[in-house]
Amino acid sequence: MRKQLIALLAFTAVAGVSACSGGAAGTSSDLKGQTVEIVGPWTGDEQKNFEKVLEAFKSKTGADVKYTPAGDELPTVLQTRVSGGTPPNVALIAQPGLVAQFAKAGALKPVGAEVDKAVTEHNAAVWKQFASVDGKLYGFTFKTANKSAFWYSEKAFGQVGATPPATWDDLVKTSKAIAETGLAAVAVGGADGWTLTDWFENVYLRTAGPDNYDKLSKHEIPWTDPSVRKALEELAKLWGDPTLIAGGALQTEFPKSVINVFGDTPNAAMVFEADFVASVITTNTKAKVGQDAKFFPFPSVAGSKDAVVAGGDMAVQFKDDRATTELMKFLASPESGEIWAGQGGFLSPNKDVKSYPDDVTRDLAKRIVDAGDNVRFDMSDLAPAAFGGTKGAGEWKDLQDFLANPKDVDGIMARLEVNAAKAFGK
Amino acid sequence: MRLTTNVDAAPGRSPRQAIPFLLPALVVLAALVLYPLVFSLIRSFFDASGDEFVGLRNYVDTFTDPRTLIAFRNNVIWVVVAPAAVTGIGLILAVLTERIRWATAFRLVLFMPMAISLFASGIIFRLVYEEAPNQGVVNAVLVGVHDMFSPSSQYPGARPRTGYTATDAGFVGDAPVQAGDTVMLPLVGFSPQQVPPQALPASTPASGSGELRGVVWLDVSVGGKAGKVDPTERGLPGVAVEAVRDGQVVARTTTGDDGRFTFPDLAEGDAVVHLPSSNFSLPFRGMTWLGPSLITPVIISSWIWIMTGFAITFIAAGLSAIPRDALEAARVDGATEWQVFRRVTIPLLSPVLLVVFVTLVINVLKIFELVFVIAPGSVQEEANVLALQMWQVSFGTGGDQGAGSALAVILFVLVAPAMLFNIRRFRRERS
Repeated sequence: MRKQLIALLAFTAVAGVSACSGGAAGTSSDLKGQTVEIVGPWTGDEQKNFEKVLEAFKSKTGADVKYTPAGDELPTVLQTRVSGGTPPNVALIAQPGLVAQFAKAGALKPVGAEVDKAVTEHNAAVWKQFASVDGKLYGFTFKTANKSAFWYSEKAFGQVGATPPATWDDLVKTSKAIAETGLAAVAVGGADGWTLTDWFENVYLRTAGPDNYDKLSKHEIPWTDPSVRKALEELAKLWGDPTLIAGGALQTEFPKSVINVFGDTPNAAMVFEADFVASVITTNTKAKVGQDAKFFPFPSVAGSKDAVVAGGDMAVQFKDDRATTELMKFLASPESGEIWAGQGGFLSPNKDVKSYPDDVTRDLAKRIVDAGDNVRFDMSDLAPAAFGGTKGAGEWKDLQDFLANPKDVDGIMARLEVNAAKAFGK
Repeated sequence: MRLTTNVDAAPGRSPRQAIPFLLPALVVLAALVLYPLVFSLIRSFFDASGDEFVGLRNYVDTFTDPRTLIAFRNNVIWVVVAPAAVTGIGLILAVLTERIRWATAFRLVLFMPMAISLFASGIIFRLVYEEAPNQGVVNAVLVGVHDMFSPSSQYPGARPRTGYTATDAGFVGDAPVQAGDTVMLPLVGFSPQQVPPQALPASTPASGSGELRGVVWLDVSVGGKAGKVDPTERGLPGVAVEAVRDGQVVARTTTGDDGRFTFPDLAEGDAVVHLPSSNFSLPFRGMTWLGPSLITPVIISSWIWIMTGFAITFIAAGLSAIPRDALEAARVDGATEWQVFRRVTIPLLSPVLLVVFVTLVINVLKIFELVFVIAPGSVQEEANVLALQMWQVSFGTGGDQGAGSALAVILFVLVAPAMLFNIRRFRRERS
């Protein structure tokens, strides 16, 4: 640990020194001897793929790039590094709240004009909002997650000749048809509260529209608003029928809900969640993504337009030396995304990244790009953690209670509002 | 004595000399125990950011927060139930194992759970109490025993598509029927793959002929019409069907392999068709151990499994220290084994039992891992305990370390009497 710390200090010192000396250097391909440190959440296979991206940057510019994987502890790692005065050059942050916090504290540097131009050119306008604080752009989403997908078992749908439903009412109808075969329609990973917030966000974004979604995210309208009631009532059409939801949902963790659909003894036909369901299927079941396991986008509710709830890792910079800026420019360009996209397990909001390895991934990415400005960031990730990110508390717990008793719309709304007011008030 | 003349005649009498020897320990103690303790106490009077002094507000918040109150309640349940249970079971097992030949081996096995970390034990019990009988061993045993006495029904979960009202006894037809009618009974909610192999394609029986006829079939097929017998749809054999008139069952039959049934001599007048629930009752799936109502008992039971070995070891050591002649004397005087246990063994053991009990109480007050691992997120609030709540408040939910420190101080105040008690005991024993 200590050794690492010294190494880090040495690295950042070198980076600092070389930044000063590198200012006079000529072309962008000549950053030899400079070191950039980047902190991100990815470990394992994702780390390997991201390091390939960084390798490309290195061979292009000659700069040395050091990647530090921080896993789930990334917020803690960054906060410690920043308050200790040794931030990395670039970090990839999944929590917009943390980006805002760093920006307001003055720890982040706004992106340069070239990066701004690249972001504007390759992304829908809404993506700039996600990474902007007080009107200044601090970064961009490098890797995104499409949280608006229903994954279904081809075999279970074949039993009743069902086709992917396009509207919420069709979904309920299809679900009922599937339930006639003795199989539950939907497996819900209700032991994990975040799956339920994703359910709600998708319905709410469609019934209430993006504007209300933004307001509710900031708690500018209360959770007792009629638009929340409407969304919960739509949700209750599915959750309220015990034949449609696989039993024991509140004791089922997310990975198990996927296995319950695609494993050897399925008890449901569909599972709703983000693109990463595909990797759960591949590692835990014999089902083949694209053949046995397919997806359809979250259906339109009451005539709503295409919309996607997304998550993502935002690249931000703590320094603004030339090597850092070059790296940000590289990450904002389609070139970097193409490298990882080709390896799989990667979606980019960048509309010019095209090298996805299979149809399913390509389609998932296309949905995000096509939804344009109707993409919204995961609302629970925007809320204070006490409300949107705590096991067994706040929104997670309230929606779990709603899943247990979908009739009690009023009670749930009141509880959501109490918890939200408390968390936002602090 | 002669040897001591070479060194200080009265070691330990000079405080000045003792200081250098005590200093390292004092520094470590101060840095690792005293400083965090005092800092937590001070921190508990400040807000989340640590900048603003808020007086007792953190404590007021703690005692008015419903989540914390549930944690308090659970801690009380834990303290009342768990240490007493473990001490009791430990006592019984220690006394019993003393009598057997392989006592040490037996105790070793019972002690083994102590060698596993609480976290790992928690994961094991999370699986043991899993709801699905094919995964959770407790429910697997329950289902096995239950099915031995009352086998599950033939078509669990199946239900008529329309025209029937569900009651506790089964499904009752909405429309009256008469002899000579044909009753169509389309069932849904059952997988075509699970239809018994002897089932034949369903067909509509001819009406007339003075008999009440009908067909029960699984109305599920690709492209099939609801309520119509489609070519690939099969009849359901062995379904019990009853004709009911004025609340009385007047005729009873079961369907054939093609799903058809006939009531040959039904008297004139209206009747309703009734499908008894025994056809469709869902298989027994065991209990929801990890649901809100049973979660705390479940976690306590796993703690008992882990800690019993600890109690046995201590109590067995105490048992071997009991003078044999006291027990022999009682037996010679004609006391039964129960009386010996009750009147001699327990009183002589009571100091050991008390130490074990108090140690367990301290252990229970700071229980954390088991609750964290075993309780699914959906019932973590119902299973919550103070130590877990302290951790969540401090580090889980946006990190309010002021309120977390307040909880830590409260926890300390709760543990302190038990600790003082133990310390005083040890001191008295030594003197």
